[in-house]
Amino acid sequence: MRVFAPPSMSLRFVPVWRRNLLVWRKLAVPSILGNLADPMIYVFGLGYGLGSMLPEVGGVPYIAFLAAGMVCSSTMNSATFEAMYSAFSRMHVQRTWDAIMNTPVDLDDVVLAELAWAASKSVLSGVAILAVVWLLGLSNSVLSLWVLALVPLIGLTFGALALAVTALASSYDFFMYYFTLIITPMSLLCGVFFPVEQLPAAFQAIAAFLPLTHAIAIARPLLLGHIPSDAVLHVLVLLAYAAAGFYAATMLFRRRLLK
Amino acid sequence: MAVLAAHNLRKSYGGEEVVAGVSFGIQAGECFGLLGPNGAGKTTTLRLCLGLIDPDGGSVELMQRPVPGEARPARARVGVVPQMDNLDPDFTVSENLLVYGRYFGLSERVIRERIPQLLEFAGLAARAESRIQTLSGGMKRRLTLARALINDPDLIFMDEPTTGLDPQARHLIWERLKQLLAQGKTIVLTTHFMEEAERLCARLAIMDRGRFITEGSPRELIVRHIEPHVIEVHGDGVMNWADREAATLALRLEKSGDTVFCYAADPAPLLASLSLRQELRYLHRPADLEDVFLKLTGRELRD
Repeated sequence: MRVFAPPSMSLRFVPVWRRNLLVWRKLAVPSILGNLADPMIYVFGLGYGLGSMLPEVGGVPYIAFLAAGMVCSSTMNSATFEAMYSAFSRMHVQRTWDAIMNTPVDLDDVVLAELAWAASKSVLSGVAILAVVWLLGLSNSVLSLWVLALVPLIGLTFGALALAVTALASSYDFFMYYFTLIITPMSLLCGVFFPVEQLPAAFQAIAAFLPLTHAIAIARPLLLGHIPSDAVLHVLVLLAYAAAGFYAATMLFRRRLLK
Repeated sequence: MAVLAAHNLRKSYGGEEVVAGVSFGIQAGECFGLLGPNGAGKTTTLRLCLGLIDPDGGSVELMQRPVPGEARPARARVGVVPQMDNLDPDFTVSENLLVYGRYFGLSERVIRERIPQLLEFAGLAARAESRIQTLSGGMKRRLTLARALINDPDLIFMDEPTTGLDPQARHLIWERLKQLLAQGKTIVLTTHFMEEAERLCARLAIMDRGRFITEGSPRELIVRHIEPHVIEVHGDGVMNWADREAATLALRLEKSGDTVFCYAADPAPLLASLSLRQELRYLHRPADLEDVFLKLTGRELRD
């Protein structure tokens, strides 16, 4: 059955990715500012505001602790938004995918392009926050350069998961469920704002399965100048989520559009 | 040379057979029309031919390649004008063509060479940098046609190319399609405008409930299925007249709303009868494709 076949991966996705890039270039400045504004409000508001009332967290000032959480969660949010709202517009509202699929590019190529694009856009967000973190002197370890390699992986992971949700969506309203039930709980359970160890044991057990926990478990030590423990395990978890999400998304889009 | 051949094509959705055993062949250079009421299975047939969906049974060869197996290289030689506008609203007119050309793997140089020619052909040369939102419906359709030609296809599929256009815009599209045929392109078009089919198509098929119910040239279909004269009659007492007089004078009668359609080989007796009934108004005309279509697919609404 075509629906269950593994995704075909080829460079045919590149022209579709370039299409999205061309659209983005027209709106690049407001887009980058928009991507930066929200996490910056958190960094300054919580980092300095809440941070001034807190003793050190995990041996560092709260704002330095928060930095890794913000890099990871804004990468997650950016990939999620792009793979849900924007991809849904292109697929369902503008029918851009239909037009593309009348050419030698097929659905698998389009889905791969959307994933690559969501990841690319999230890299812009993640790297923008990272740049601010460096400028503020919140991280001055050479190890923090490794976060540049981690950010695309986070984008692929959450882009793939969000694409699977998009494949099931009947309207934009559907995405609220995913935000309310998955993204928001992850932001609170996975160590963005406080160490996972502060949670009751049951929540810690849940957090251990969530991909954002693993992203932060790599990013935070790197930004604070330590080598993360179990880095390989965390990377494998993120890769597994990315692969499972991408395969699920491909199957669900085929079921939806190739019938 | 057949550029498209379908053999006993079948496709069902939820137990309902939308395409129920359709076979046809299309030769290079011809214009083939697929007519049918809404829901007849025309668009599904096109999607099967393009390899966008898998048939439940039967086979398709597009540009001599089995579809969907080799749909991708086959589609490289094909252009598609879809029923619903799906131009890229974020781009200008020429960016739409540039981006679409890339999907075919064409080089930037080839695409940029073709764009001015295609805009000229579509009558959009002055609008190259316009945003899509500023175009009229007719301009959008012409741009969609230009976009379908970016890969210089041998075969062009057009799904209801003039639906929703005003007469001026429609005539311009027809004129362009004739130019394409003169260049040797093959066109497959679906439509429910009989005038469009009669003007453009050398051969056509009428499709209903997933089947081809007849096939031939517009002339042949009229001769085969319908009496040569039609008299449309309406006015006070028309139903009474129809039952008492026309029923014996016409070969066939159809009633629709307050109009009676009389089909006849010899119109003289009907016209004589009508000349005595001043309260009835009538139109005498030769039978056309629409009469064939309505006879074969019925007059009831399809939604």
